[in-house]
Amino acid sequence: MNAITYALRSFGRELRSGEVLVLLSAVALAVAALTAVGFLTDRIGRAVARQANEVLAADMRLRSPQEIPGEWREAADRYGLDTAETQTFPSVVFAGEANALATIKGVSDGYPLRGAVRVADELFGPERVVDAIPPPGRVWADAALMARLGVEVGDTVSLGEADVTVDAVLAYRPDQSIGFASLAPSLLVNIADLPRTGLITEGSRVGYALLVAGEESAVDDFYADVERRLPEEVRVRNREDSSERAGNAADRAQRFLSLTAVISLLLSAVAIAMSARRFAHRRMDTVALMKSLGASQRFVISTASVQLVMLGIAGVIVGSTVGFAAEEILTRVLADMIQGDLPGAGWGPVGLASGAALILLVGFALPSIIQLRNTPPLRVLRHDAMPPAPSRLFVAGTSLVAVAVLLYQAIPDARMLAIVLGGMLIVAAALYVAGRLLVMLIGRSRSGVGIAWRYGLANVARRGRDSTVQVVAFGLGLTVLLLLSFVRTDLLDSWQQSLDDDAPNHFLINIQPQERASIAGLFQSAGVAAPEFVPLVRARMIEINGQSVESRQYPVDQGERMANREANLTWSANLSSSNEIVAGEWWGSAYNGKPLVSVEEEAATEMGLSLGDRLRFLVAGQEVEATVSSFRKVNWDSFQPNFFMVLSPGSLGDFPATYVASLHVEDSRQGTLVSLVRAHPSVSVIDLGAILEQVQSIITKASLAVQAVFVFTLAAGIAVLFAAVQSTIDERRFESAMLRALGVRRRTVLSGVLTEFAALGFAAGLLASAGASILAAIIASQLFDLAYRFDPKLWIAGLGGGIILVCVSGYIAARGAINAPPADVLRAA
Amino acid sequence: MSDTPDGKKNTVLVADKLGKQVSSPEGDLTILSGVSFSITAGESVAVVGASGAGKSTLLALLAGLDLPSEGRVWLNGSDLTQLDEDGRAAVRASSVGFVFQSFHLVPSLNALENVMLPLELAGVAEARKRAVNIMREVGLSQRARHYPSQLSGGEKQRVAIARAFATEPAVLFADEPTGNLDSRTGGLVMQLMFDLNSNSSTTLVLVTHDKSLAERCGREIGLDSGRLIADTRAAAA
Repeated sequence: MNAITYALRSFGRELRSGEVLVLLSAVALAVAALTAVGFLTDRIGRAVARQANEVLAADMRLRSPQEIPGEWREAADRYGLDTAETQTFPSVVFAGEANALATIKGVSDGYPLRGAVRVADELFGPERVVDAIPPPGRVWADAALMARLGVEVGDTVSLGEADVTVDAVLAYRPDQSIGFASLAPSLLVNIADLPRTGLITEGSRVGYALLVAGEESAVDDFYADVERRLPEEVRVRNREDSSERAGNAADRAQRFLSLTAVISLLLSAVAIAMSARRFAHRRMDTVALMKSLGASQRFVISTASVQLVMLGIAGVIVGSTVGFAAEEILTRVLADMIQGDLPGAGWGPVGLASGAALILLVGFALPSIIQLRNTPPLRVLRHDAMPPAPSRLFVAGTSLVAVAVLLYQAIPDARMLAIVLGGMLIVAAALYVAGRLLVMLIGRSRSGVGIAWRYGLANVARRGRDSTVQVVAFGLGLTVLLLLSFVRTDLLDSWQQSLDDDAPNHFLINIQPQERASIAGLFQSAGVAAPEFVPLVRARMIEINGQSVESRQYPVDQGERMANREANLTWSANLSSSNEIVAGEWWGSAYNGKPLVSVEEEAATEMGLSLGDRLRFLVAGQEVEATVSSFRKVNWDSFQPNFFMVLSPGSLGDFPATYVASLHVEDSRQGTLVSLVRAHPSVSVIDLGAILEQVQSIITKASLAVQAVFVFTLAAGIAVLFAAVQSTIDERRFESAMLRALGVRRRTVLSGVLTEFAALGFAAGLLASAGASILAAIIASQLFDLAYRFDPKLWIAGLGGGIILVCVSGYIAARGAINAPPADVLRAA
Repeated sequence: MSDTPDGKKNTVLVADKLGKQVSSPEGDLTILSGVSFSITAGESVAVVGASGAGKSTLLALLAGLDLPSEGRVWLNGSDLTQLDEDGRAAVRASSVGFVFQSFHLVPSLNALENVMLPLELAGVAEARKRAVNIMREVGLSQRARHYPSQLSGGEKQRVAIARAFATEPAVLFADEPTGNLDSRTGGLVMQLMFDLNSNSSTTLVLVTHDKSLAERCGREIGLDSGRLIADTRAAAA
């Protein structure tokens, strides 16, 4: 007979047995968690990439000093892409006697293709999103420009030969520059108005841009099509150049999600391994019988493997359906938060999850199945005849390989993987040793207690090794549950605190030295804390240790670009609160010696710098050499002015500097900013609120997704508990029947079983709380660069949750054994 | 297939100086020692002895379920001690049937499928048809679609007997077949087994405590502490 025929024939009935259901649930949960996380990271990843693309206002931007040829747009149309055009140039805008230099940006219908423009009806007034461009004859102007010109909404300004009406205050456009080298304030105008201004003539410095957006593959196809035809002067930017900050936030979101997926996966693996052991154990009698009837080993292993594969397929179907449903619901919940249409999820995650299910089954169930193959046929006569236990090396080997393969798919971040896995292994080993000790202690504490307690505690002690394994399993499950619930919230809290309400929300740039006092006074009189003014000197690095920066070799391309581009330098006597020295020493506040420079650590690594290196800068036509005296870690998320290079006081003292400052201005005090730009027209104000909002919305989305996936992890944890109880169910059924036959009341048996589970839950909870606290501290410091605070709630939840969870799950799983009629059980034994 | 040592054409089972030792915490334990006999086709043989005499161990060795520590076993011409596990399984598939004390039906297959199982394992064509026929012979046609959990002890044993005879094996081993049945049901089940046996050329090897059951066999092999102490043939045999 064909093994497949036999496997199919008996599969329906097999499905009804407890361990098969646990096995199926474990596979389904792993698949559901992976699918949901896969779908979400896929979608959120793409949504975040789109948000990052907002800085381009498109998915791709082609910029040229020449007018955009019609054929490029036609090519974009052919690939079904949305397009818009912009023309950008500097020009002076007049309002009566007043005039100011502005960046004129002419835009066509559809602009911006990504992100949205926000306008206000008065200076620093409430903002609203608009989904159109300025109508012909009307313009939207930056607050700074309006302040400099002294105009209000509704006033007319002259742009070249055309008079246009200021229709609204331009509060935000996605592609506005937020660098220190910000251009003059913007004036957004309908591209159709530009010809009548007469400003665009032969030799005008106009930047023409074609914006395209659409399906990722279509954008790539379009680029591949036009790439060869593009003149050399055309600059192309796409999503890979997305802003660093949005990239970081997206990275964090992915890390949170990956962490969750890994934890669900590991829990499911534990449940699969435990229920597979029982799956095999329960089949030993049948296998022995089949062998006694003449079945070959190959038949036996084929049958079990086919059933396992069928279980896997059933698990994948159930799991991906649940995962898909969860993802649909989540997407609807998230839809409000994600502006614009969310990119559709591909089928990739289902494929990945199915592959993962197969790997989980092979890695964690295979050793049990192979053991099944060696079942001696003698077992039909002697029930104690057992197959030899599989080699520990083989069991450890297959599961480790499976985990490694899976995790590589789930998190391609090797460092995070190693930390999570290493932490898990350490906790498991510690749990085992500590669990064993606790089991011994529990066993010894049973004198002088009632019969139920004694029975329960005796059970824990008697099953010595099994109890320890259960404590370890419960403990691991609880560890990850605690990690997920507490570390997630703690990390999010810490992170959001680092972006607290007082975080700077405005940058002031281009402040002249003599303006500092009056600006400080202006804020003080308005009740806003005066900002700290940070000097900024523009320079270019020319030599490193006497070698020109062009000829030097760099560890990475990024380092070469950084060394060769124009640099913003500052000097300071004191170390900024958002900086930390990681190597070398900061000069004292009274330092007045030879020029020293402190370099941001990542930049130093990328440029291949060492302490003591000599950096030579060209500043305003003069050369300055400074010695690298320290490396700094910079918290870029602090929204304080930060620099890759900070020099010692006096090093740049004689060079022309402007100042920058960051400060928090509450909405109710926005008027101060109007006064500021009126009094100091050359100062530019940059609103960071929009960027902050973007970052926070990404974190909110990520945390919501994690919470949803948390449900799967919780379920996987419970599957582990069920698998553990399932593995002792026959023994429990028999014991309970025997005790009841001897006259012990059912209630007493139940109390005994609950005592046993409570003791196991307590031990597991204790160990899990300790494990989770240690892991949390490691994860917080190593992965998220955050300080972790001790949390007593974690211990309360660990112990309480351990006892309740194990008691309730244990009771549900074992109640059949307790309630089974003693006569039936004893007769069947 | 090798020749049996006694050279007789109709010998189906030969035990030659069989011994079995197992290791225990107290040291090596001898369960069987120097057991030799041969059984010819069509015989019905009862293996009797007290608990711990080594009856089940002998049965396991004769059926190739276990290997002896010493001596050899020929089953239907094959030296079981020279075969690997799959080789012994193949011999069982073609030549052996079993009836066990605790029935040993596959819980996830229904009665008919249980009977079909050895036929299919032996690669018999029309397994279903033959299984249906034999189910009719044991009087369980109406219960063919029932699962073991839905059958009584007597019915389970009748299914097990149907399964054992389905392949028309050369040798049928029965290990305390009435041990889990009341005496009336046990009597009916044994009657069925002897009837089927007399209608076929199957050799019956029956391990039992039951004196009256042993007396219905043509030959009694007595064991005590792992040694052969009696080998008697009934006058009528």
